[in-house]
Amino acid sequence: MALREAIESGKFAVTTEVGPLKGTDTSEVMEVAEILKGKVDGVNVTDQQSAVMRLGSLATCALLVEKGLDPVFQMTCRDRNRIALQSDLLSAHVLGIRNVLVISGDFPTLGDHIDAKDVYDLDSEQLIWTVNHMNGGHDLAGNELKGKTDFFTGAVVKPVSDTEASAELQLAMMEKKISVGARFFQTQAVYEGDAFERFMKRAAQFKVPVLVGIIPLKSVGMARYMNKNVSGVFVPEELIDEMGKAEDKTAKGLEIAARLINGLKDLCQGVHIMAIGWEKKVPEILQLAKLA
Amino acid sequence: MLRSEQKPFDEIKGYLEGEKKVFILGCDGCAQSSQTGGMPQVLAMKKLLEGAGKKVTGYTVIDFLCQKALVASRLCPLEDTVMEADSLVVLTCGVGVQAVAAMVHKPVHPGCNTISLGGSRGEWRGTERCLECGDCLLHYTGGICPLTACSKSLRNGACGGASDGRCEVSPEKPCGWELIYERLKEVGRLDQLKQFIPPKDWNKQRPRPELLSTSLWALEQENETSEEGRG
Repeated sequence: MALREAIESGKFAVTTEVGPLKGTDTSEVMEVAEILKGKVDGVNVTDQQSAVMRLGSLATCALLVEKGLDPVFQMTCRDRNRIALQSDLLSAHVLGIRNVLVISGDFPTLGDHIDAKDVYDLDSEQLIWTVNHMNGGHDLAGNELKGKTDFFTGAVVKPVSDTEASAELQLAMMEKKISVGARFFQTQAVYEGDAFERFMKRAAQFKVPVLVGIIPLKSVGMARYMNKNVSGVFVPEELIDEMGKAEDKTAKGLEIAARLINGLKDLCQGVHIMAIGWEKKVPEILQLAKLA
Repeated sequence: MLRSEQKPFDEIKGYLEGEKKVFILGCDGCAQSSQTGGMPQVLAMKKLLEGAGKKVTGYTVIDFLCQKALVASRLCPLEDTVMEADSLVVLTCGVGVQAVAAMVHKPVHPGCNTISLGGSRGEWRGTERCLECGDCLLHYTGGICPLTACSKSLRNGACGGASDGRCEVSPEKPCGWELIYERLKEVGRLDQLKQFIPPKDWNKQRPRPELLSTSLWALEQENETSEEGRG
């Protein structure tokens, strides 16, 4: 089932993501695709994640379409102006890509080409609005398209914030993103049920499907690193302790991920697993969570 | 100096929807030379606003609005009429509007667009920054410019990367959008966060060829043209 149908049918949707490598070798991504085929509803392909230059999301999504998967074309606003963004949207449609996920994108100085010029000609709300325009048969300049696009547009939201301003901005922007065409949301990684429940109590009024973000823990160090450096990620001490005491860290990380999914799944409409190198273990997480 | 031009009156009127009483502020610095915010323009704005059914609780021209201490000290004697107003219309550059917004706990509406001089500077500015984008957004953002306060110049909200209110790109500075949130909350205009800002026309940020010469020269040219027009 394609992602759009899965989400619109009300089924608990399952997505994950792959990150292309730096270079032209696609064997790893293709291996992962083979393993994920038939096990998930959609596969996101990240767009120069963390502002590190690599093989593009568009080309990788096209390879996934060929493999029979339903890719989610991630698009950041960092690297392309409105001409390139719209052109890539047309290209994506022609290549059979039907889902797009819009994000603003990490700043170049956080990546590996720190002297690059940032673009942000459009911000994420404006890009969602643009996709909506193109689905309606027009480009941003008002010109008619010969053959319109048909994208199912997703956006991101950070459910847990460290300040009131950040939390309120996230909700206001979620509402704004919906008003300009966002049809589903993927969230930052969640590790606390209570905090996520508080967010969903307020987000539920928008009646737009939310796929909760899950990042399996690999080590104590990874959990501490994310707590310190990744905005919106809060791994509770109990989980860090549990990882610390576990003999088989991998098994424990997968078990915690499955437990989180089970604890959160009644609050939302799907799950988005960001495995960060553990893509091949996603089917195992789904089995442990009894979603497979 | 900074050059500005007045926004179309309909745009200013739109900002004032739902508001009845307004205070008008002009600037005797660059806005006076630009003929956008000196006393004659303030009086003309008063007439227009009254014609549109608004009560003007007061008006004044200060030199210079880009300097927060001057804004505060000069507005002090007028506090009653400022406080009586629902909001202020400020006829000056983006720096001045932001300085006023920082000092007056009221919604502030920009009456002008600041147009690019392509790098010319020299006003007495504080922490406020104006990109001279030619299409002022300060009405929607609590009088804090998202183009200069946000490292990514995002127009519709935060990128989500901030930690403890600090910018992800430059942790030594606050997240511009969190500042905007706090300001909008303070003036009771959080509804503005839901307003979608469409893609920007970046051409408006390009300096006009005639302004790439000295700004004084440009003013002289303009005066000559308007005199010819009169004749």
